[in-house]
Amino acid sequence: MNTVKLMAVFAENRPGQTARVTEILARANINIRCFTVASSGAFGVMKLMVNDPVRACQALQQEGFAATLTDVLAVEMADEPGALHRVAEGLATQHINLANTTGFVANQRAILVLEVENPAQVGEVLKQQGLHVLTQAEIMAI
Amino acid sequence: MDRGSLEALQLKRLRDTVQKLERVPFYHAKFEKSGLKPEDIKSTADIRRLPFTTAADLRENYPDGLLAVSRDEVVRLHTSSGTTGKPKALFFSRRDVDTAAELLARAFCMTGVTRRDVFQNMMSYGLFTGGLMMHYGAEKVGCMVIPSGPGTSERQLMLMQDFGTTVVHVTPSYAFYFADFLEKKGIDPRRQLALRKAFVGAEPYTEETRRKIEAALGVDVYNSYGLTEMNGPGVAFECEGKCGLHVWEDNFVMEIINPATGEPVGDGQTGELVLTSINREAMPLLRYRTRDLSSIIPEPCACGRTHRRLHRITGRSDDMLIVRGVNVFPQQIERVLMSIPQIGRNYLILLEGLDDMTVKVELSPSAFDGQVERLEELQNQVAEKLRAELWVRPKVDLVASGSLPVTEGKAKRVIDKRSL
Repeated sequence: MNTVKLMAVFAENRPGQTARVTEILARANINIRCFTVASSGAFGVMKLMVNDPVRACQALQQEGFAATLTDVLAVEMADEPGALHRVAEGLATQHINLANTTGFVANQRAILVLEVENPAQVGEVLKQQGLHVLTQAEIMAI
Repeated sequence: MDRGSLEALQLKRLRDTVQKLERVPFYHAKFEKSGLKPEDIKSTADIRRLPFTTAADLRENYPDGLLAVSRDEVVRLHTSSGTTGKPKALFFSRRDVDTAAELLARAFCMTGVTRRDVFQNMMSYGLFTGGLMMHYGAEKVGCMVIPSGPGTSERQLMLMQDFGTTVVHVTPSYAFYFADFLEKKGIDPRRQLALRKAFVGAEPYTEETRRKIEAALGVDVYNSYGLTEMNGPGVAFECEGKCGLHVWEDNFVMEIINPATGEPVGDGQTGELVLTSINREAMPLLRYRTRDLSSIIPEPCACGRTHRRLHRITGRSDDMLIVRGVNVFPQQIERVLMSIPQIGRNYLILLEGLDDMTVKVELSPSAFDGQVERLEELQNQVAEKLRAELWVRPKVDLVASGSLPVTEGKAKRVIDKRSL
């Protein structure tokens, strides 16, 4: 199953933390394709999709950040009303829960990023619904 | 009682206590080693020839190595938390419980509490002596005691309104919290409640805090001092003069020492308070190192009582913190953190507001899997483990590895910004 690498970075929930991360990535010449922050009280977790996940992760770890890579699914949907609904409903019928999910539209292509426990199984479900699950190279080429 | 008779009684009781303690192997061995005999105690000043007893001694002799009577004589067990996993266990005979109640009853009468008062005890019951012993003392005076315990301000208020509570026993932090609660409810305690006195204790606090509580609740606040290792709360109390705490010297011999050398310091000078219980049956302790810092006020009190006074406790000679009335040692926190592999050994204790404790801990980079939920679970797990060890649940904040100071000791590990 095609998966893409999503980088997660642990940071304290205070001003300047995102800037520290982005500064390190900029210096390492890393291009960011997608960026979210989930905060919970005193801390937050940044999630980034980048052009070179392994090197980005190493650059942050060298600066003392807790950073890790996970495999997630990037699904292409039609950029039209009801597209997300069809995906959500398809997953619901298979009792698949959507927890950490984000989406973006770039160059008229709508991409849904799904963090799931079992990417292979969920990827199959999406494929059966006629959806395309992107590779790492494809996501970088958007 | 005049000073001469009081000192004669102290001496008699001290000698009886030493004699009794010859039967306790721990003290017996110490007396043997120094060649001391009960007859050698010829004046209360000879107390300096007796060995100290420390918190470590209580732990090493846990559970009942320092018990001076048979188990059958014991009617009550209380414990006090210590720096290690095991608490200090303290035993009370029936007479010990009666005596503790008697000393508290004295303290209450000293401030004008009578059998017409309604005494609401807003302190924790259970292993902590502060709740139960004060309850017994107030009953001894003949007050109607409402054992409300801490928490649920709504219910505290209902009890106060429905039963006309006149006296409360409360920690300073809860007194502030409750005053805030009344203000939010729009209740003026002066006009709408019958409160007139508050016994505030279990945590050290300043003169300024006393005045603030008095102003907020419209009561007279009296300071109290005690510790589980002695009788519990009834060691020293303020009279109506509110100018220092009278130590019940017919029950305790007090000394102030230099904590580094163990030598006595002069009256009026600050040092570590050392107490000997001379009227206990089940578990008298000789020269117990309280670690609390205070000084003796040698001058007679305007009230005429001959029991000398102590200044309010100004601090600790060790790292102990008191949070919500519970003793907390930074070492306890350290030990809990070391048992959790996902977090580092460094920590920072932040005490803020009235009595809120936050423990900042570092997340080990290898334990990070990118899931917010897992980090939240970890925070809860750490808070729960700390609660089980400390008896107080702190808020736990995960911070980045390497972001906390690495030096040892309370000075760097504890930031106390509480308003007490």
